[in-house]
Amino acid sequence: MRFEGTAHRYGRDIDTDVIIPARYLNTSDPDELAAHCLEDLDSEFVSKVQPGDILVAEENFGCGSSREHAPIAIKHAGVAAVVAKSFARIFYRNAINTGLPIFESPEAVDGIRSGDRVAIDADAGVITNLTTGESWNAQPFPPFIREIIERGGLVAYAREKVSRR
Amino acid sequence: MVAIPGKTIAEKILSAHSGTDAHAGDIVVADVDFVMGQDGTSPLAIRALERMGVDRVFDPAKVALVIDHSAPSPLEGVSALHTVMREFGKRTGATVYDIGCGVCHQLIPENGHVVPGDLMVGCDSHTCTYGALNVFSTGVGSTDGAAAMASGKLWFKVPETMRVTYTGELKPGVFSKDLILYLAGQIGADGATYMALEFDGPVIEALSVDARMTISNMAIEVGAKAGLMRADAKTLAWYEGRGERKPNPVDPDPDARYAREIEIDASSVGPQVAKPHSVDNVSPVEEVEGTPIQQGYLGTCTNGRLEDLAIAASILKGRRVHPDVRFIVAPASRRILLDAIEAGYVQTLVEAGAALVTPGCGPCVGTHNGVPSDGENVISTANRNFKGRMGNSNAFIYLGSPATVAASVIEGKITDPRRYLG
Repeated sequence: MRFEGTAHRYGRDIDTDVIIPARYLNTSDPDELAAHCLEDLDSEFVSKVQPGDILVAEENFGCGSSREHAPIAIKHAGVAAVVAKSFARIFYRNAINTGLPIFESPEAVDGIRSGDRVAIDADAGVITNLTTGESWNAQPFPPFIREIIERGGLVAYAREKVSRR
Repeated sequence: MVAIPGKTIAEKILSAHSGTDAHAGDIVVADVDFVMGQDGTSPLAIRALERMGVDRVFDPAKVALVIDHSAPSPLEGVSALHTVMREFGKRTGATVYDIGCGVCHQLIPENGHVVPGDLMVGCDSHTCTYGALNVFSTGVGSTDGAAAMASGKLWFKVPETMRVTYTGELKPGVFSKDLILYLAGQIGADGATYMALEFDGPVIEALSVDARMTISNMAIEVGAKAGLMRADAKTLAWYEGRGERKPNPVDPDPDARYAREIEIDASSVGPQVAKPHSVDNVSPVEEVEGTPIQQGYLGTCTNGRLEDLAIAASILKGRRVHPDVRFIVAPASRRILLDAIEAGYVQTLVEAGAALVTPGCGPCVGTHNGVPSDGENVISTANRNFKGRMGNSNAFIYLGSPATVAASVIEGKITDPRRYLG
């Protein structure tokens, strides 16, 4: 898996309430959720983000509520991957289960600014800032997690495993 | 002989439920005793089950769906999601707690669905509340919840444990909420990420079960996976009359290995307030005293229990809510509402000027029942003050104990509750 896109960088403790406020949980439609992604933090995010872009944030990304709508909203807004200094626990699992690639690398986050072009080689675990030429190592996914993400989430992955039996 | 270190509560419960000798860092597949979802998260779990091709739950007696986040429904879209939940309950036999029953984290223990020694998951981050009852309970997303509803199993990484010991004694006007806010201020919003917390010490022992649940409820606010306490005589007494299941208390071994140990002298802790927009932005109440407020909120899975209503009623008895303040009260469950009516707390609070709303989560999560206006300040007993949390990203939320909220709604500004309590 390889991703390349423009970085959108935010601070620490980006909680799931600002990723998708509870007042929009009156639907399970991914595209409607995506239309409100991060609007309380940056009302222009949804209009700025292009398919394939990379969300970059500091510590404790995704803290707060267990709402799986958060990774779904991010993914359907067009974000290809999230790079953060660290992730909150429930969000980490939810991102994998919904097929949103996430990478932990404090150094990369420090070396990326909004607007930089960023490439991620998920198999090798290398994040490159194409604008500055710097690159960093991130922990690559173990093979089974990579497979879950490639299939688009845990349900599709499990369904495929079951049907192959 | 090599000494094998003892185990924490988390390691013991996850060992017992996975049939393994589990230690921190291990990944285990464990049997869960109960699975819960609420109306924000259940619809996605039901859809995940449909996509898995599953139209049953592993044991209908061990699955409950709770309609509490938007109860009663404020919108057509929400009504449709509630219908999906009710129909799922009819189809599978899973219990549905409908509007008016209360907040999931009160209903699950109140109805005896979980007992000490259990392992449970809930599709809500504050599922960690029952750690106060010696239950390893943790929040998961809807897909994990669906997998657990279908199979009765889930994979867990066995967490390391941070032990927090509260020594000394609580001073008048200081409550369990202040203890957990103080901890959040000390270690930060990610201070215990992926860890279990174990709360212990003479101060925890002296607290009621209601007050202990306030502390475990907020374990997630420092990133923790669980907020565990030992079960004692108070815990067991609390369970009398709450169902058939037999408690199986789990104590940590005396030589259990902890990743970190923190000791807090409760005698030195005064009333604490978390300021906008993060739960770890905590200061002593003195530093924010005088901040004007337009709304107060008493309720939630953090502080909507009978003892919380009693504390607020004791302060508001014979007094009036400030004319420029709306004071919203939501008991955490129907049973608590009934008990509070019988004890006279509801009469006291309503006479003082409180607006009583249906037991549920609404104002805390910003779905309905009290969305603040632009630029307004709210003092709340809830667990989160994130930007936009109560439904308006231009409002400011301060968190405190029921006593701090009650004193503040009288004065129309953030107030040290010790002015009203000896």
